[in-house]
Amino acid sequence: MCLGVPLKLIEVDGETGIVEMGGVRRRVNLSLVEGVEAGKYVIVHAGFAITVMDEKEAEETLKLLNEMIGTSEE
Amino acid sequence: MDLSILKKERAVIALIEKLKEKLKYIKRTLNIMEVCGTHTMTAYRSGLGKVMREMGINLISGPGCPVCVTSDRTISTAAYLVKNYSNLILATFGDMARVPTSEGPLMKVVPAENSEVKVVYSTEEVLKLARANPEKEVVFLAAGFETTIPSIAYLVKKAKEENLKNISLISAMKLVPPPLKVILDAKEIALDGFIYPGHVSVIIGSKPYRFIAEDYGIPGAITGFEPVDLIMGVMSIVEQISDGRAEVDIVYKRAVKPDGNPVARKLMEEVFHVGDAEWRGFGVIPESGMYPEKEFMAEERFSIGEFEVWENRGCRCAEVVRGVAEPEECPLFGKVCTPESPMGACMVSVEGVCLIHYKYGREVPFEAS
Repeated sequence: MCLGVPLKLIEVDGETGIVEMGGVRRRVNLSLVEGVEAGKYVIVHAGFAITVMDEKEAEETLKLLNEMIGTSEE
Repeated sequence: MDLSILKKERAVIALIEKLKEKLKYIKRTLNIMEVCGTHTMTAYRSGLGKVMREMGINLISGPGCPVCVTSDRTISTAAYLVKNYSNLILATFGDMARVPTSEGPLMKVVPAENSEVKVVYSTEEVLKLARANPEKEVVFLAAGFETTIPSIAYLVKKAKEENLKNISLISAMKLVPPPLKVILDAKEIALDGFIYPGHVSVIIGSKPYRFIAEDYGIPGAITGFEPVDLIMGVMSIVEQISDGRAEVDIVYKRAVKPDGNPVARKLMEEVFHVGDAEWRGFGVIPESGMYPEKEFMAEERFSIGEFEVWENRGCRCAEVVRGVAEPEECPLFGKVCTPESPMGACMVSVEGVCLIHYKYGREVPFEAS
């Protein structure tokens, strides 16, 4: 059961937070993660945030993919 | 942060080209087991499974579908309770309610008086049910791997804190690494690599898979779920093979840390203990399930009588979850067994290999309802 989606946290309210998915706002439980703030991306599974996305690593991955596309178009 | 490139076809094409280059030095077909049902879905929905096969890489589906590997006995226990006990709410995740058993699927069972089967999407809903219905017993058919287990642990912890006496679990919680060892020792298939489940690994990190690299010498990659992630995972395995290395490589770096999520793990370990579990397709695997204390176990709280545990003759789900058979090799697939009339768990669950093959693997374009 790996179904999980990265979603942006709009609000943090103690143990829970609000994310937006497809224009709909949903509440997620934040008990399993630490150091969350509004603006960060969390991976949500069955109503719970299971981790905060590492933006530095995400940027690295995006950079790598962009470079690759750039190279293949030469 | 613009994540859209993860879904761009150009990125997929560029990565496939890169993978082709790396495969030049590999002169044999590779068998790579992708453990998680969601990876099967990525491979089939995007057509990558077919593309890879043409490149000499066989992606073999593994046991990563928690509904598929839940035993008939476990689901029948849930059915028994809701049929025979009044004032009982049987809470379950959606797919589990549709798996055929000797008692019929849970959603079709006729409940006892004032009892019902309730589909939930989160364990918080189970808490809400218990608080709102103090005169009823809420039994949760607790299924899932390490991705889900922490949220079930949260449920039990909260129940204790709020002194909710009307919650109990039928545990179908399972751990991913143990069946992988069974598959390796059984030697029914020769494997060259593993695509490890991305979100299970968010919780457990990379350590639990190390034995596969160190004791069996098989490379693996912890992989995310976009098509680009899957190709990068396969690429890591191919690189490891070329270099003669066997490691647990975290490719899904934006989500997985080597130590996983310690907060979630601490909660799991605080509330549950590891025990033997019965898996569809594997029989009993030692130390492969998680259980609450007796006071939260439905099997201890309720007296459970005799019931028939059903064996569906012809259904090859048990072999499919072990990676030994493809759905297309099952005599029931696509004929008697379809998403509308499933004969086994593998056709019911969104992560079931049979359902995925049926929806995305057919030559004729088809829209599943």
